[in-house]
Amino acid sequence: MTRFSAFELFRQGLTGQSGWKPQWCSPEPKAAYDAVIIGGGGHGLGAAYYLASQHGLRNIAVLEKGWLGGGNTGRNTTIIRSNYLFPESAGLYDHSVKLWEGLSQELNYNVMFSQRGVMMLAHTVHDVQVFQRHVHANRAAGVDNDWLTPEEAKAYCPPLNISDNMRYPVLGAALQRRGGTARHDAVAWGYARAADRLGVDILENCEVTGIVRNAQGAVEAVETTRGRIKTPKVGVSAAGHTSVVLGMAGVRLPLESFPLQALVSEPVKPVFPCVVMSNTIHAYISQSDKGELVIGAGTDIYTSYTQRGGLHISQHTLEAICELFPQFRRMRMLRNWGGIVDVTPDRSPIVGKTPVQGLYVNCGWGTGGFKATPGAAHTLAWTIARDEPHPINAPFTLARFRDGFLIDEAAAAAVAH
Amino acid sequence: MLVIACPYCGPRPEIEFAHGGEAHIARPQDPSSLGVEDWTEFLYMRANPKGLHAERWRHIHGCARFFNALRDTTTDQFVATYRTGEPRPDLTTAVKA
Repeated sequence: MTRFSAFELFRQGLTGQSGWKPQWCSPEPKAAYDAVIIGGGGHGLGAAYYLASQHGLRNIAVLEKGWLGGGNTGRNTTIIRSNYLFPESAGLYDHSVKLWEGLSQELNYNVMFSQRGVMMLAHTVHDVQVFQRHVHANRAAGVDNDWLTPEEAKAYCPPLNISDNMRYPVLGAALQRRGGTARHDAVAWGYARAADRLGVDILENCEVTGIVRNAQGAVEAVETTRGRIKTPKVGVSAAGHTSVVLGMAGVRLPLESFPLQALVSEPVKPVFPCVVMSNTIHAYISQSDKGELVIGAGTDIYTSYTQRGGLHISQHTLEAICELFPQFRRMRMLRNWGGIVDVTPDRSPIVGKTPVQGLYVNCGWGTGGFKATPGAAHTLAWTIARDEPHPINAPFTLARFRDGFLIDEAAAAAVAH
Repeated sequence: MLVIACPYCGPRPEIEFAHGGEAHIARPQDPSSLGVEDWTEFLYMRANPKGLHAERWRHIHGCARFFNALRDTTTDQFVATYRTGEPRPDLTTAVKA
């Protein structure tokens, strides 16, 4: 595997950039692995990478039913932040932000992490109270978050309309300066390349069709479209399809899967300096390095696996965008699409063990899984390797629903659902 | 936008409706006798099927009444809608008829 560097770029330039090799190989599945990860998005590939790099498990595989990063990793709006309310969440999401900060160097792959700031707008008295509570809670937990007046918000994001004759005028904003965006494909590819270099088998077009358990009830193998694979440990990072996959092992989950839509505009010159989100009027927006405005909507109201949604949902979001940023009223939208997000009752994820021995799950990220990619993958790998919770993911067990220790982040989840 | 056939009002656009989650989850007859696992199942665990799903809808901007529907979550196509209290339609006989 060639290491990426300025020198290597120059050296390859001498031969017309024709000597680059594929970034990961496509091996045939082996009959048995020490551990198998189901789901080849950022979360699954990251878990495989950390299993190999930090826990010494090299005989492992990632099974992906389609292509790498083709699910929610490639469908989200790439927003990264950690301004959640409760200390448990601050631990998990800020762990993730810290890993993001060093990820390009660690993977030797530019994930284009850009800490341009995430600004969340308040439009009502209730919003102001909730966000100020978040700002104080975040600062107490060591997470940066500042309260801005409408004038300060406009100074940070000049396209913002702060006039008081809007239907929902901007009354203030919470700004996390360490928040930002990253390049979604690069995250999946970077983890895949780094994991492949450590000996992980990455098996695309390999859909899991069954989970086989032995007489004691523990995981013994998985059935796939490319044959049976024996393994004592299975980690599931299947996002919207987690209920389906864990159903194969007879495990029921407190999840419902909803379509979440996003859309991008035609590319334009740099006009938008940060990420802006508005929970109340259902819109979030940033500009990609390619120049497209990346816009996200709220979830559709019904559960579905269709990866699309109603046009009236995106229309509702665009109405909000046009009111907040009048200069975008004549922009044309290029594409819209949907991803399937698995939502828990308390809007917090489930990361850890399941009632089945050898079966581990990383799910329930709802509308906000991308930001947590490194942190979720890192702590899931720990749990798979040691068969015990990591201190950071310990509060996010499946058992919290039975025991009543819910972590209610509905207000911080930002997307209406 | 989906067109949903309210059993009381007929077909109406989706924006008139609210989604009420999985149907046929009966409230326990004797709550005080329920164990913690049963409460977890009742309150939180959901089938979330990929395929045919029995779910509650409410015609909030119409008659405001709840009803149930069978919908395929892989196509979003409604197979049947029926009134609250009626049993889930048996599709095997529906196809024959």
